[in-house]
Amino acid sequence: MKNMDKLICVVALFASLLLTASVSFAAGGGGTIYKMHVDVHQQKSLQRGAKYFMNYCLSCHAASYSRYNRVAADLGISEQNMREHLIFTGRKFGDTMTVALTPEQGKEWFGAPPPDLSVRARSRGADWIYSFLKTFYVDESATRGVNNLQFPGTSMPHVLWELQGLQTLVEDDDHAEEDSHAKDGHGAHKKELFEIAVPGTMTPEEYDQAIVDIVNFMVYMSEPIKLKRQAIGVGVLFFLFALGVLAYFMKRDYWKDVH
Amino acid sequence: MTNKVGGIIGWVDSRLPVIEFWEAHLSKYYAPKNFNFWYFFGSLALLILVIQIVTGIFLTMHYKPDAELAFASVEYIMRDVNWGWLMRYMHSTGASAFFVVVYLHMLRGLMYGSFKEPRELIWIFGMLIYLCLMAEAFMGYLLPWGQMSYWGAQVIVNLFGTIPVIGDDLALWIRGDYVVSDATLNRFFALHVIAVPIVLLGLVVAHIAALHTVGSNNPDGVEIKKNKGADGIPLDGIPFHPYYTVKDIVGVIVFLFIFALVVFFAPEMGGYFLEHANFEPANPLATPEHIAPVWYFTPFYTVLRAIPNPFWGVVAMGAAVFVLFLLPWIDKNKVKSIRYRSALYKVNLFVFLIAFVWLGYLGMQAVTPMASQMALRLSELYFLFFVVLGIYSTQRSAGYYIMWFVVLVGLITVYDVFRNNPDIAELTWKTWIIPVAYLFVTLLGAAFTNLDQDKQVPERVTS
Repeated sequence: MKNMDKLICVVALFASLLLTASVSFAAGGGGTIYKMHVDVHQQKSLQRGAKYFMNYCLSCHAASYSRYNRVAADLGISEQNMREHLIFTGRKFGDTMTVALTPEQGKEWFGAPPPDLSVRARSRGADWIYSFLKTFYVDESATRGVNNLQFPGTSMPHVLWELQGLQTLVEDDDHAEEDSHAKDGHGAHKKELFEIAVPGTMTPEEYDQAIVDIVNFMVYMSEPIKLKRQAIGVGVLFFLFALGVLAYFMKRDYWKDVH
Repeated sequence: MTNKVGGIIGWVDSRLPVIEFWEAHLSKYYAPKNFNFWYFFGSLALLILVIQIVTGIFLTMHYKPDAELAFASVEYIMRDVNWGWLMRYMHSTGASAFFVVVYLHMLRGLMYGSFKEPRELIWIFGMLIYLCLMAEAFMGYLLPWGQMSYWGAQVIVNLFGTIPVIGDDLALWIRGDYVVSDATLNRFFALHVIAVPIVLLGLVVAHIAALHTVGSNNPDGVEIKKNKGADGIPLDGIPFHPYYTVKDIVGVIVFLFIFALVVFFAPEMGGYFLEHANFEPANPLATPEHIAPVWYFTPFYTVLRAIPNPFWGVVAMGAAVFVLFLLPWIDKNKVKSIRYRSALYKVNLFVFLIAFVWLGYLGMQAVTPMASQMALRLSELYFLFFVVLGIYSTQRSAGYYIMWFVVLVGLITVYDVFRNNPDIAELTWKTWIIPVAYLFVTLLGAAFTNLDQDKQVPERVTS
């Protein structure tokens, strides 16, 4: 008699599994050249990322929802250290990370105002930013002499070129398309898409770590509570579990006399 | 009723009938003893309503309904307001959880015939609650003022613009501007935090009052009030309090466990509860490549997209929602519960469920020729479910089933010939088989086998 009830339960369960599967697929994010492994719990990486971010990004891009003192507290950076080595914008310790560049100036200088980066990692995704920072290449036809494979025609110059050097696209691109899908955690290709034309101050491995650090920092910055909410969640789950056990036995006790 | 309760309760009770209320709705409200898993979702919906109101109150303390400030104020809540992130994630997760729970609650009603006589009004109030929820969710989604908020609202409001003659003026009146703008944000905020919640609360009271007037249905679809003991209490009834209060507490905790999993570990739910593009501030000058509504609207969104003509698409989408209101008058079969309905009824409901989930899935995907054909076929299945349900109201003659088979296949085929064009001819005729196979099983199966026979309903509940 109750088989159908159960069958429908199973279908509902199946539907939710299907949804979850498509969710995790979507979470993987399509359309990026490389993928990276994000870990916001590596404090050293976040600190280095903050350093690069303040030095290289936070002169044109603002991160106007993020505050210096919050970053310092979350990343274990002292106030003095923060003031002396990381605040280049002349702002106060408790201020948000804004820049002097106005959107109008940005539009005039770059063609489009540099977007605010506070929550960029949540809209574009970590993989996108990682691929973007990794795939600037020399392109004589582009206005700035460099183009980007992840975001062709971008109006952003290759700010990190001193670190990475300048790379050119490998012309033999019969397999480039396939290769772009064959990647592992840090985007090591079977066949490289680029070759270095002018070496930078960093080796490719060092540069790769640097942009991983930047993206880690940006992911943290897009949701500062991410560092703590999972730990809080574990506590909440333990509490609910214990409460659930008690509630179950209470229910069972009350229902003893129902037949 | 006389009572001899003293103290504060006695003092209050002689001035306000609190004890009478307590007894009528809890301690002496007799509910069937055989409620199963499916009967948790009513109380869970009530719980989520409370969560949404409480978290909503805290959010309104910091949110700014201004096109210049809205996006930043949400980030301010996420970063600078103590526990603001928790209020925000509970509210955004609560919105999706509300629809999960309400869809399961509605499915329960479908399975056990809870909408049938004498519970038609409960169903109508429930449907009105569902409509309010959709309005509430839609207007709430504009408030973060991200790209999806903005363009989603733009698309939905434009749907009203497809109505002949008054459409453009109506859309203008809703927006308060020629495009979605600060004026729209401000009024949606007012409607979201005051107007709709008040209506919603009133409807919830009406929903429960109507339920407590006629009494709850149960998985056997047996009216427990027909079998009363000498004391006038239904033999298969148990007092709601304490039996179902202690049981619902278990359900609440299990629900909260799952809810906490999402809130603390996957608040974006991979982009389905909080869409990635919505972390970009609204930009009226840049249309996103792919505008997808949040998951709970996608089945109806697919019905809309299944029909090329925008106006008729809107009509179909509206009909897909409104046909649910008519359910008590469509399915007039005396047998309430799925347990005692015919095998073919079960097939029918099963196909409907699959069609609904699949429609929802398609609504999140980009349109391809195949996807748009499937959208139409699944929409056909969605509506045919109700036609077949009506036919199954009682056992019919073979000739009656065959007549309907011919009529319905004829209508589908005529529409296909009418809409067909060389580009999609192959897909059209390949997928034509889907509704026809469905009707073949449900109607000709009923005509030529005895799978259309309902079973004997027991006198008393079974467990």
